[in-house]
Amino acid sequence: MTNQTPETPRLAIKGIRKVYPSVVANDGIDLTVMPGEIHAVLGENGAGKSTLMKVIYGVIRPDEGEILWEGQAVTVPNPAQARALGIGMVFQHFSLFETLTVVQNVALALPGDFDLPALAKRIEEVSERYGLPVDPRRLVHALSVGERQRVEIIRCLLQNPRLLILDEPTSVLTPQAVRKLFETLRKLASEGVSILYISHKLDEIQELCHRATVLRGGRVTGTCIPSQETPKTMARMMIGEDLPACSHGEPGAEGELRLELISLDHPTDDPFGTQLRNICLQVRSGEIVGIAGVSGNGQQELLRAISGEEAVRDHHAVRVCGQDVGHLNPARRRTLGMCFVPEERLGRGAVPRLTLTENALLTAHRKGMLSGGLIRFKVAQRFAEDCIARFDVKCGGAGSEAKSLSGGNLQKFIVGREIMQDPKLLVLAQPTWGVDVGAASFIRRSLLELRSSGTAILVISEELEELFEICDRMVVIAKGTLSPSTATSETDVEEIGMWMSGMWPGAAEQDGAPHVA
Amino acid sequence: MGLDFLSSILFATVVAGTPLIIVAVGELVTEKAGVLNLGAEGIMCVGAVAAFAVAYHTHSPILGILAGMVAGMAMSLLFGISALTLMANQVASGLALSIFGVGFSAFVGKPYESVALASVPLVPIPLLHKIPVLGPALFNQQGLVYFSWVLLGAVAWFLYRTKAGLILRAVGESPVSAHSIGYGVVRIRYQAVLFGGAMAGIGGAFMSVFYTPMWVEGMVAGRGWIALSLVVFATWRPLRVMIGAYLFGGCMIMQMFVQGSGAKVTIPAQFLSALPYVATILVLVLISRNRGTIRLNSPASLGQTFLPDA
Repeated sequence: MTNQTPETPRLAIKGIRKVYPSVVANDGIDLTVMPGEIHAVLGENGAGKSTLMKVIYGVIRPDEGEILWEGQAVTVPNPAQARALGIGMVFQHFSLFETLTVVQNVALALPGDFDLPALAKRIEEVSERYGLPVDPRRLVHALSVGERQRVEIIRCLLQNPRLLILDEPTSVLTPQAVRKLFETLRKLASEGVSILYISHKLDEIQELCHRATVLRGGRVTGTCIPSQETPKTMARMMIGEDLPACSHGEPGAEGELRLELISLDHPTDDPFGTQLRNICLQVRSGEIVGIAGVSGNGQQELLRAISGEEAVRDHHAVRVCGQDVGHLNPARRRTLGMCFVPEERLGRGAVPRLTLTENALLTAHRKGMLSGGLIRFKVAQRFAEDCIARFDVKCGGAGSEAKSLSGGNLQKFIVGREIMQDPKLLVLAQPTWGVDVGAASFIRRSLLELRSSGTAILVISEELEELFEICDRMVVIAKGTLSPSTATSETDVEEIGMWMSGMWPGAAEQDGAPHVA
Repeated sequence: MGLDFLSSILFATVVAGTPLIIVAVGELVTEKAGVLNLGAEGIMCVGAVAAFAVAYHTHSPILGILAGMVAGMAMSLLFGISALTLMANQVASGLALSIFGVGFSAFVGKPYESVALASVPLVPIPLLHKIPVLGPALFNQQGLVYFSWVLLGAVAWFLYRTKAGLILRAVGESPVSAHSIGYGVVRIRYQAVLFGGAMAGIGGAFMSVFYTPMWVEGMVAGRGWIALSLVVFATWRPLRVMIGAYLFGGCMIMQMFVQGSGAKVTIPAQFLSALPYVATILVLVLISRNRGTIRLNSPASLGQTFLPDA
């Protein structure tokens, strides 16, 4: 490393290729990152971003290609070697151990002595220096997602990395927390740390990154300087075509009440869960209501209470289409006209090993698929085929197993299956999570159409942009309580961000801080 | 008479609980690394017969214990190859190992069924064994009883006070995360499995060389299974494993006493024999029903095969 000049890239990779049995994940990718540079890697889901980062971090081995670290050819056989070189990575799905404390988690990633008190001190120093407050003695499962991300970053920083990789770091943060994260990253870059920033959020990349490499289908489709581009031109590089815009009609006249939560209190017996308190909400036909919030603030519990996976004590607290349903199970609630798209696609939304036809049968059997207790497979199959055609699901036909579909296509199928049951009330959790931009925009347009046809729709999402795009009204969930509702046209990201911290007008004094970043 | 009686009941309880502690602590370490080895019963049987044969031929109980330990490790190595290297289902591999061990030990042990070992003398601890009641019961005991106490403390210290223990727990909590920060998940799991096997082997050796110094087919009598359930019902906490083991031992001794006393009991003997199993599980379930403690102490990846990314 003696021949280093300021012009030597911190990292240069050339011709990286990685082939999986069914797909070429990376196909001849080149990328260079300079010292102190914040470099964006931009692309849709499945474009090969994560594979590329795993190659750099040594989690998987490329089939071809070379990696130059500060001018020298290196191989990175495992993550330990990557860390020894000075590469740190913050994963999208955190690699923390929930039942251990913060300091224990950090100790696991650091070589050297096992002196927890001294390490706790170092954690406090770093967290102060970079504005990443976190208490080293707390158990990780009790931390909010934002706090967990801070732990991951601190864990990387303690190893004095010279290249920090962040994989979709802002997907779980409030807008305010995103700003704080950016300050930290800029400070690190000014100290000479290179940063690889993986994202599909164009506005963030414009605000933060010096340069960007765009991937599509495993290949580099361009490099650019984000500040000289517009989101539109970058989107075209990323998906290869212009995005159709969603048109959002004016809300119609006040429709009938389809979902009503009346002072819903729901204690949880899960030690990592959130207790729901005094939740009041109304969703009417012909409107889309969005629930924003940082994950872990009671969304899961609220969903289970609405879907019927957990019965609530007070029968009158949940009303669907004018009936008390607090004590009913999901099947009986569906009979009343409620449909439901859960957050987890595989395992909750669909059974991985069943075919699409069988999966269609699971919730749509009310559409004439049963006759005297026997299955009418022809009807089910026709339904599945209709759904595949109408929602443009790319798959090997109605007979293919659910798990063989990509996340986006399976989500289109699940959403389509529910929409085709003509629900009176549709409840969706994270409808476009992990779905590529094209499919996400398609799902949103379908929801808007459904709304115009008079369905009441409730969307629980952590993607604020999405909620602003499709919702007529929004509420925010924080620490198991719900904010008042506001018309989307009368609020902005800034205000909703404040509310996500539990600070809405008239918010009751709460014990302790809410789960915010 | 009353105090002597109490003391001897206590003595017998501790002896009966000891193999359970040793086996369960070994299994606890294995399970904390995320591996469910259901082979404990089979390993105990093979450990017992190996220990008996070696102790019989060499006249050395110590060599017998060592033989039991080595046999146990060999058995658990079989399990490791199947469940860790070949990534077979852990439950099925463990069950197969148990069935194999029970049958194999009966086959190998046939020639030893008619012979007996000399009893191993007790090891009194100076001064302490003179304490009334407790002294004779706790401090004039088999050497392996003291070993079980040291083992318990050492494992608790290892798991909760050392970095190696932290790594082991981390592997059991989330092998994928442990792998992503650079730990050899399979290697660590092998070590844990081998330790568990060694302890199960010693537990078996205690049965055939110390507890009843002879070999009879079926003498392990489900203690491997009880040790397994102790670990689960004690929510993977060493101290509770000990409570459970002595509870089981105590009930065992009491029911034997009741059955042997000739008192006019109208309860069928089978009920009495089943009592220790029922009582132990009942008590442990009741003291461990808090979901929070279960989640905090149970290894989240228990029984799941670890497949690293290609």
